[in-house]
Amino acid sequence: MAIFIKNYFIACRQIFIGNRAYYLWVGFLSFFILLGLNAYIDQYHRGLILTAMRDQVSWGLYLSNFTFLVGVAAAAVLLVVPAYVYNFKPIKEIVLFGELLAITAITMCILFIMIDMGQPLRVWHILPFIGAMNFPSSLLTWDVVVLSGYLAINVIIAFYVLSRLSIGKEYSMAVIGPLIILSIPWAVSIHTVTAFLYNGLSARPFWNASILAPRFLASAFCSGPAIMLVLFQIIRKCSEVEIDNKAIFKIAELIAYAMAINLFLLGAEAFKEFYSGAVDSYSIQYLYFGLNGKASLVPWMWAASLFNITAFFLFLFPRTRENFTTLNIGCVLIIMGVYIEKGIGLIVPGFVPDTLGEIYEYSPTTTEIVITMGVWAFGALIYTILLKIAVPIYTGKLRFEIKERNVIMR
Amino acid sequence: MRKTVKKMDGIHLDRRTFLKGVALGLAGTALPLNKAGASFWESFFQKHFKEMNDAEIKQVLGRLEREYEEKYKKAIHVGNQKAMPGVIFGYGLDLSRCIGCRRCVYACVEENNQSKDPQIHWISVLRFKKGEKWVDLVESEKYYNPEKVPEEGYFYMPVQCQQCKNPPCVRVCPTQATWKEPDGIVVIDYNWCIGCRYCMAACPYGARHFNWTDPGRKSGEINPQTHYLGNRPRYKGVVEKCTFCIQRTRNGRYPACVEACPVGARKFGNLLDPNSEIRYAIEHKRVFRLKEDLNTYPNFYYFFAYGV
Repeated sequence: MAIFIKNYFIACRQIFIGNRAYYLWVGFLSFFILLGLNAYIDQYHRGLILTAMRDQVSWGLYLSNFTFLVGVAAAAVLLVVPAYVYNFKPIKEIVLFGELLAITAITMCILFIMIDMGQPLRVWHILPFIGAMNFPSSLLTWDVVVLSGYLAINVIIAFYVLSRLSIGKEYSMAVIGPLIILSIPWAVSIHTVTAFLYNGLSARPFWNASILAPRFLASAFCSGPAIMLVLFQIIRKCSEVEIDNKAIFKIAELIAYAMAINLFLLGAEAFKEFYSGAVDSYSIQYLYFGLNGKASLVPWMWAASLFNITAFFLFLFPRTRENFTTLNIGCVLIIMGVYIEKGIGLIVPGFVPDTLGEIYEYSPTTTEIVITMGVWAFGALIYTILLKIAVPIYTGKLRFEIKERNVIMR
Repeated sequence: MRKTVKKMDGIHLDRRTFLKGVALGLAGTALPLNKAGASFWESFFQKHFKEMNDAEIKQVLGRLEREYEEKYKKAIHVGNQKAMPGVIFGYGLDLSRCIGCRRCVYACVEENNQSKDPQIHWISVLRFKKGEKWVDLVESEKYYNPEKVPEEGYFYMPVQCQQCKNPPCVRVCPTQATWKEPDGIVVIDYNWCIGCRYCMAACPYGARHFNWTDPGRKSGEINPQTHYLGNRPRYKGVVEKCTFCIQRTRNGRYPACVEACPVGARKFGNLLDPNSEIRYAIEHKRVFRLKEDLNTYPNFYYFFAYGV
């Protein structure tokens, strides 16, 4: 017990050791977390009326962020596949940072669901045994299952690898191999299930298209890796972790393929909707051209398309892909492009026009934006803390003697 | 930096502690710590409605009546009348008669204790222009506001919960907080709904409404005759909907909207009774149901009593 408490305090201390820049960064994040928390407490007391959501558009910015982040979490698999299955060495070394990102993204997903709920204290009603989980009928319960499973898998893999490294040993593939293989279809499943969540609603023709799940996956394989590329360069700069350029360029190449598929699927959808021109195409018309004079999403969607297409070409050609200036421009464009397309651009048109034909223009309120920024800051803080522990272990700066072997192995 | 630590546990504990701190902080601002606290925890741990036995339900009804009395300073009866055997309620709406006066909308609000600030309406009356297109919903107008109805060149279609036989809202609810009763009424347990609003995304008829804030209704405006699954006062953050006035119809009365309609456009009755008004309308008039292509099988029938 004594060693346990001691361990706890020493681990705590690790988080507080850092230079000025680290403290500034954590302070910066804490500022936004507190702002968000403050706004959330207000929202908790006064209700979701503080958001711009209404009966017509009953999901908004929160669910948009949730959807985007499920994609980011799923994209960890893009690193896992070549790393473990094809044994591509440069990626294998950094796959851990992808898994930590997946853990962070899932945590943020859960938070975005929680802040969207009208009665968050009743969340236990959705759990099996103690609540009344409507499984398998409700896709939302499927999402609970696959997201918590994915979180568990990534936590186990990451912590196992780290705990082995921390005592200076190689991890054993026999232990985590099966988990890694499992995590590949599981990553696909979290995104597919989230797509089906929207897809299965015949009341919403915009979502009720079979192309939705494939589009989800394609765009997730663009945005998730793009975020990772940016993070890898920051990690490389701020620590002694060496990340091979080859790994970065390989991931960039994979993004180009994913984006090609994403753009193709978008084109296929646009053709069907616009050429047939049935009543069902009102939503996509609203999205790209406006409907009955209401057009608040139009500039965003065209910007997203422009970003995605530009980024596609930047990643397609080896010359721009392997130049860090254009590579980073491409990453930022993809992150913004997919964030718009897979966020607001996916959720809101499902509700516009609403099922009785009303066009309610949704535009998030300050409360919504501040709370959303708070969750992002919280996610960034989690990732920072995870890295704060993981990086020194990874670089071999932090090693632990094995006195209490049973504690470590448990 | 050489330390003997099992730091995995360290991070984990630390993060968990942090989350706990946040949760407790939130709970501290949220949970009542006065004498209402006991009632709060009773309500927090209330079981799913269908899993409670009669004694437990009675206890819950008593608690609710006490809570409502404290809040609204008047006695409010919360009933739990069960479905009658051999009854499936059906509704008929005569489009050839409706004049778009919205008396049904406001009669419904009076009867069912909806929030008046902000306003929640369980019935939406849509106005369509006769012309190039007839029933394209995007061409309809919900907020029409003329001096007099009916207006020349327009027709009206009220929409409310269609009490589907195959309700998409029930299918998607993650907590089984909404279900179909034996008499065909789709109900919500306002003490079990978590407010995720998945049902609102699933409903093809815009029939489900959310309490975006505390329902604003003065005590004097509360209808004290209520049903647990129907018109009892609701909470912030839960979904509500038309229940065919379950508190009235299960006691042999008409829904408030049927009684309020000045032109007799609204018909109501037992679909299993061959002599009911609704059966007569279905068998003798030109009938259709809204969005039948979605296979929701509404128990709500639109019909034309005479040619337009």
